Amino acid sequence: MNSQSESIGASLPRSDGRSKVTGAARYAVDHVVPDMLHGVAVRSTRAHAAIDGIGTDDALAVPGVVAVLTSEDLADLFPRYGHLVADHPIMAIEKTNYMGEPVALVVAETIHAAHDGADAVVVRYTDLPVLADVASAMEPDAPLIHPTAYPVGDAAFEEAITDEREDNVAHEVSLGWGDVESAFAEAAATVETTAQYPKLYAYAMEPYNALASVTDDGVDVVTTAQHPFMVRDDLARIFGEPLSRVRVRSPLLGGGYGSKSYTKVEPLAAVGAWATGRPVKVALNAEEAIFTTRADSAVITVRSAFDAEGRITARDFDIVMDTGAYTDNGTLVLAKCANRCFGPYNIPNLRVRGRAVFTNTVSSSSYRGFGAPQGNLAGEMNLDQAAEKLGIDPIELRKLNLVAPGGTILPGKRGLDADLASDLDMVSEALEWDTPDSEFTGTGVGVSASDAGAYPVSTAQVRVLFDGSVLVMSGSTEMGQGSRTVLAQIAAQELGVDIARVKVVQSDTGSSPYERTTGASRTTVLVGLAIMRACRDALSKLEEMAAENAGVAAAEVKSAEGMILVPGTGSWPYDQVIREWFGAGSGEVTGVGLVRRAGELELLPPFWEVGAVGVKVSIDPDTGYVNVNHLATVGDVGFAINPALVEGQDLGAATQGLGAALFEELIYDNGQLENPNLVDYRVPKIGDVPDEISTMIAERGDGVGPHGAKGAGEGTLNPIGGAVAAAVARAIGTWPDRLPLTPERVWTLMNPETGKNGTKN
Amino acid sequence: MARVEINTVVNGYAYSGSVQSRWTAAEFIRDELGLTGTKTSCEMEVCGVCSILVDGVPVSACTALASDLDNKSVVTVEGLADGDELSALQQAFLDRFAAQCGFCTSGFLVMATALLESNPHPTSEEITHYLEGNICRCTGYRPIIEAVQLAAERADGE
Ligand code: FES
Ligand code: FES
Repeated sequence: MNSQSESIGASLPRSDGRSKVTGAARYAVDHVVPDMLHGVAVRSTRAHAAIDGIGTDDALAVPGVVAVLTSEDLADLFPRYGHLVADHPIMAIEKTNYMGEPVALVVAETIHAAHDGADAVVVRYTDLPVLADVASAMEPDAPLIHPTAYPVGDAAFEEAITDEREDNVAHEVSLGWGDVESAFAEAAATVETTAQYPKLYAYAMEPYNALASVTDDGVDVVTTAQHPFMVRDDLARIFGEPLSRVRVRSPLLGGGYGSKSYTKVEPLAAVGAWATGRPVKVALNAEEAIFTTRADSAVITVRSAFDAEGRITARDFDIVMDTGAYTDNGTLVLAKCANRCFGPYNIPNLRVRGRAVFTNTVSSSSYRGFGAPQGNLAGEMNLDQAAEKLGIDPIELRKLNLVAPGGTILPGKRGLDADLASDLDMVSEALEWDTPDSEFTGTGVGVSASDAGAYPVSTAQVRVLFDGSVLVMSGSTEMGQGSRTVLAQIAAQELGVDIARVKVVQSDTGSSPYERTTGASRTTVLVGLAIMRACRDALSKLEEMAAENAGVAAAEVKSAEGMILVPGTGSWPYDQVIREWFGAGSGEVTGVGLVRRAGELELLPPFWEVGAVGVKVSIDPDTGYVNVNHLATVGDVGFAINPALVEGQDLGAATQGLGAALFEELIYDNGQLENPNLVDYRVPKIGDVPDEISTMIAERGDGVGPHGAKGAGEGTLNPIGGAVAAAVARAIGTWPDRLPLTPERVWTLMNPETGKNGTKN
Repeated sequence: MARVEINTVVNGYAYSGSVQSRWTAAEFIRDELGLTGTKTSCEMEVCGVCSILVDGVPVSACTALASDLDNKSVVTVEGLADGDELSALQQAFLDRFAAQCGFCTSGFLVMATALLESNPHPTSEEITHYLEGNICRCTGYRPIIEAVQLAAERADGE
């Protein structure tokens, strides 16, 4: 019987939960195969240096070392990767562009031998001028980090790329409308703010790793990749193979948060396997992972003009991002930062200019929020400072300017599918906004809107098996967000079957249908829609088969609640329809669901991922430590298919936002990373949990996704930085100009005679 | 490669054999015994994902040596359930959605098991203090604290 009630809208337990609490869950790092070798990268000790030679003899003499590879050994391959610009070398070519860059790969029988071998490799360098930061990279006579042009990674992104470079500017964007100069000339008040967002390490706890084999059968990789299909595309280019001969699998991921988007260590493992003819595993520890990817830092200056009532008449943003050594996803992060910095406000005149600049630091790429946290910090702090100057309550100022539901944030894009004023009221109520703060305490709020979901391309298959159970095939990846559970809930509901009989099989480019990415909070919406369509396709096939079985016209047959209804003969369970049609007691039916930019998904973005958050903080005046007394978040998700999973995403995202706001920063000194480990790079610990937490969910059915759903997972992170900065400013009477607000930095702000890092108001 | 003989009991099963002298306990448990529920991440005793119990005492398997397990009784995450029957903590972690990606979960479960063993009624401050050496990047920790409290309450109810 299939008459179980609703599978959606309920906090059903995670389908992967039991395996995760018993230790049975298999992550990429747990995969081993017979005859496997271990690869360890030799990493550059220099930030910018020509490689004069690499001595491998001592390494090859280490017992157990099988091979030492450098870029010179890759002459028969395409030695770079990159989905936008294929500029990222598998191992440094001729020069190294950041400290920690792989310059050689030691492959050995054991991980210990590989490490010993790596220690024995001698690299001779000639130092080049180190472009440690944006300022030095922008000097008129600065050497070029990338003097040559590279092929485009993916033709779809061609517009976004300039590969003829005369300087170290990696990408530029501009957008806007109206007449900004006139609006400023006529303004009743103007406010200017500069805010600096730190470089961040996402620290997904399972460090990047990949196990590769390269045989006559093709390339086969098990990896921590969020987007296995994109990694497949890079590997196919490297080896000159058709896509069909490259198989990339991503089992459960030990965290992702965007930081496992795109290619990372897979090429290293694959070239090791190609060179030795044996499977090679490259498994980084966290200290090596820090040298793999990071989030862009940004310095953003914003000027806003207001009329006498406090309405925004113009905003003008200048964004400068430090994008590190290679392109990776920096182009899109900058583009998204430009779209997201000015906020969900009615802005009659807007100008945004952005530049991302190459420097000799770890290459930056995607991280949760994707340009939004950087831009939002500046934009929202600016509004808070304006509220102070104009004598208007910060929430009232926001509500006066917010785009109403259905209104336009970006011309030509989807209208706002959210009600931010109501969300903000929820935050205000939870924080008791109207209660005045006592000494050394402060409250801050923030809102954000991200054009989320990426490009709508998704495919799914739903296989109804001959016992009536269901396999859902998807190329999306389970990294902790709970997609396996949510996608099963959507399919169970659509087909009217018990969720215990639905299994989701994911992220294997050799057997899963295509999925463009797993990121931008897109899975519930886009994959969910693909699965709903696949379910309907399966049902219509079952109806046709039942009609044929019964000898009636297909139009007369319907399906409902897990049964196929045939007039005159009654209701048939799926399994019976299938077995009868095939006539052999077996068989199965596959439904296919395709999602592209059409119909309800014609307008981009597929949904706006909005955020509305607030914090109440108190400062220890002796140490500067910022205690979060109360965190309030609203997940404006349209419809929560699994409310507990939504709350989990919201609190997790907000906590990562608090990390960047209060503790986290990769600190460079002339190109040398000063804190490349988790003692010195401090992430939120259990003792940092806010004293009180209100995670609220707003369900207004205003999303385009299944049952009115929108995505979740970033919205509660994006405005946290600005909210914390404003709360701290109100607690101490001084505006910070950068994150993180470490105790030392806050103490310095409170004791300005000794300090910097802020402006007295 | 120098090897040492060890005799140890892991999750109730006796192991006698030689291990490489430089193997960490984590390498021995994961690579030799195939018990991959114990994870490693920071490999410098700050993240807690590698926590195991050695004679009931929590130890970081990333820095302890395999040879340190000689004549000791070891419990890993795989040893917490009683057959198919989850421990109260494991069940509470499920019920409170305390595992997302799950990579930190083994470490938290092992540590919390030791906590409830020595202190069956911890306050939330005591839970926080005891788990200060374990990092989770997904959950924001609150569900983990709640799960430990729930397990303690349920044990009371029995
Ligand atoms: S891996 Fe052992 S404490 Fe982090
Ligand atoms: S659940 Fe992912 S790190 Fe804790």
